[in-house]
Amino acid sequence: MFRLILRRLAVSVAVLWLVSLLVFVATLLLPGDPARAILGQQATPERIAALNEQLGLDAPVWQRYLDWLGGVLTGDLGTSAASQGPVTELLGGRIGASLVLLVGAAVISTAGGLALGTWSALRRGRAVDHTVSGISLVVAALPEFVIGVALIVVLSTTVLPVFPSVTLAPPGEPVWSQPIQLVLPILTLTLVVTPYITRMMRATMSEVLDSGYVEMARLKGLPERVVITRHAVPHAIGPVAQVIAIQLAWLAGGVVVVEFLFRYPGIGQALIDAVNNRDVAVVQAITLLIAGVYIVVNLIADIVGIMTNPKLRAEVSR
Amino acid sequence: MTATTTVTHTLVARNLRVDTVTGQPVLKGVSYEIAPGEVLALVGESGSGKTTAGLAALGHFRRGLVHTGGDVSVQSGDAAPVSVLDAGERERRALRGSTVAYIPQDPAASLNPALRIGRQIDEVLETHGYGASAAERSARVGEVLAEVGLPDDEAYRRRYPHELSGGQQQRVGIAMAFACRPSVVVLDEPTTGLDVTTQTLVLRTVAALTTEHDTAALYITHDLAVVATIAHRVAVLRRGEVVECGSAEEVLRAPSHAYTRELVTAVPHLDGTGVTAASAPGTHAVASASDGDAPAAGACAGAGGSTPASSGIPEHTPALSVSGLSVSYGDHRVLRDVSLDVRAGECLMLLGESGSGKTTLSQCVAGLGEPHTGTVSLAGAPLAASTQRRTAEQLRSVQYVFQSPYSSLNPRKTIAQSVELPLRTLTDLDVTARRARVAETLERVRLDPALAQRLPDELSGGQRQRAAIARALVTTPEVLLCDEVTSALDVSVQATIVDLLCELRRDLGTAMLFVTHNIALARHVADRIAVLRGGEVVESGTVDEVLDSPSHEYTRELLANTPRM
Repeated sequence: MFRLILRRLAVSVAVLWLVSLLVFVATLLLPGDPARAILGQQATPERIAALNEQLGLDAPVWQRYLDWLGGVLTGDLGTSAASQGPVTELLGGRIGASLVLLVGAAVISTAGGLALGTWSALRRGRAVDHTVSGISLVVAALPEFVIGVALIVVLSTTVLPVFPSVTLAPPGEPVWSQPIQLVLPILTLTLVVTPYITRMMRATMSEVLDSGYVEMARLKGLPERVVITRHAVPHAIGPVAQVIAIQLAWLAGGVVVVEFLFRYPGIGQALIDAVNNRDVAVVQAITLLIAGVYIVVNLIADIVGIMTNPKLRAEVSR
Repeated sequence: MTATTTVTHTLVARNLRVDTVTGQPVLKGVSYEIAPGEVLALVGESGSGKTTAGLAALGHFRRGLVHTGGDVSVQSGDAAPVSVLDAGERERRALRGSTVAYIPQDPAASLNPALRIGRQIDEVLETHGYGASAAERSARVGEVLAEVGLPDDEAYRRRYPHELSGGQQQRVGIAMAFACRPSVVVLDEPTTGLDVTTQTLVLRTVAALTTEHDTAALYITHDLAVVATIAHRVAVLRRGEVVECGSAEEVLRAPSHAYTRELVTAVPHLDGTGVTAASAPGTHAVASASDGDAPAAGACAGAGGSTPASSGIPEHTPALSVSGLSVSYGDHRVLRDVSLDVRAGECLMLLGESGSGKTTLSQCVAGLGEPHTGTVSLAGAPLAASTQRRTAEQLRSVQYVFQSPYSSLNPRKTIAQSVELPLRTLTDLDVTARRARVAETLERVRLDPALAQRLPDELSGGQRQRAAIARALVTTPEVLLCDEVTSALDVSVQATIVDLLCELRRDLGTAMLFVTHNIALARHVADRIAVLRGGEVVESGTVDEVLDSPSHEYTRELLANTPRM
């Protein structure tokens, strides 16, 4: 088993390296000149050249890539062109704020999706099943900003003004000091992700409930609770883990739009600001970070898949 | 419930009625009763409702089925009989696994693949409060594993189902059922899919356990030879009704109902009797011209060898010749240096159990297999290993009929389209000639022309297999490969298919390689037998030589373990 996990890990590292290459090339292709963006339209060519030299932008491309990669590997993400401070410092607090959103949405949507999917599968063909299916299909069809705006309309402004629609915490204070402002962003992300998990769980669970071993477990006289938790759910989790991973990975990117919508001080906001400011170092750092989350989440899903399947587990250890 | 039935019988079903949710009757008033220590065989073909009748004894109805009348009651020890179907959810659960236990058809699908087998057996004991402590339960798990002839050590209990062979898995299923010492066990075709040697072991285990613990057993099967081995009494189920019930001896030797007679005569025998195409009305709805001289029981085999070949191949050149064929998957050698010949008009039975390499061999001949060493030649000319490098003429000459007619026909193409396909790709006949050939071939396999425009889903298993045979024969091949073509079919359908193949071989002079695990079919289809074991031909010769004086230990073992009626 460890060999397979190690192999997956090696593949992940290779993918991450490829991503770093792509990110670097993509930022090179970004329109506009960082030095000009910093100095403004009135800058003289001499001053631009001087700044380029100061930022190391006059070196050959491959050398700039190697310098950057070396920096990333040693924890130095470079200097923000806009704030002139180290990127790590700039992102530190924001990563925490975004993580609060991501983890909150991930936990709620995974637990909710699995429970709803199982419930729906157990009541296949009945009204509950059709209702859950219908609602999840409609919600899945809506883009995140529509859901976000709808939530703001319903829960923040006109109908029930309960939750704040923008993040109120003053800069410097952690966002979770006022938990109420987390509700709407987390709810939005949860609503985007849950339908997929629910539908997938319903499908695999239906299949598992029709299997011979679930019928056998019932014929052994086991209580229904044990049949579901011990004999059915563990087999449905494996395939669903892949979908959960894709959804959680999507969260890492989806957070950009949601943070923008709710003016939430996370990495999504930082990315949008950095792109506007041609702040190449910050764009590179955040893109790489999001890619990293993608890869790590998928790796975890693969490992969960291996762990829940003893056949795979045994074949691999051989 | 009258006093007489409650005193003598452990399991009593009275006038059991089950419908589908759409109102189609599945069981139309089925009654049976089983005494302690008695084995009642419930016999019927697929779709007769036998599994439904068995599961009803546990108060379980599969999705889409509803109980509409009748009752099942069980009696445990000296206690008063309990109605399984009237009981509430909780009481019914208490009965399942402790008083009434179930042994499923497919152990591979019925054991939870993610739980260790020791845990799965222990689970029944735990649920039903067997024993006061975990240690006591653990002792019982060991005891019951030993009873079914499996190792009872800790390491074995920690195995997962996939680490066991099919026979071992089935014995774990039996151990699980007998763990709580039930009064009734329901066995649903527990040996289907097992090799004959393993089947004998499993049957002996079941017989010993039911006798020892005075358990009433309901044994569901379609295999009358197995019935003869294990059952005391037999109930024959047809379309949801018990048409005949009596002692095993009576029903099998002197069946009183026409349907039972049909079933009994369809069972293949090692000595060559049986396997006649059933004479039930409707079976031969499309009689071909040759129907009048259809072969009598068992008369087909033996005639083929001397049938003159119509293809003009010299007498001494076999139509199909395999020499020195070896195939390996990695380090595992599936076939070792296999050589065999089939002459035109002759049928060679390739006999082997699962894993013997028999399917690999026929796939190599067809060009569907893995890369191999050795040669396969057709009328003396060597064939390429892969179909992609064979000529259309070579492809036309070697045709294949697959095991399952349920998966070998494209579900979205009509029968006529499927049968026509090889003509379109392998010959240059025009549309009218192709249509004529398709119609002619469908008539030859006695498939109603009205079925030609239907999709496979609308046909029965036997009709589909006829269509698959028609598809193979439409190109008039010199060599026909039949890979377990009857094993997915009911016995009476098997009989008609075997008859059909014999007749076609005699009329067309096709060389046939008949791959099977069922030695009982030998005298009905084959002229010669090659016995394959572990990728090697351990014995070959004419049917009489092999069956009457087997030279290899393995062949003797197979013959000894084949159930007879």
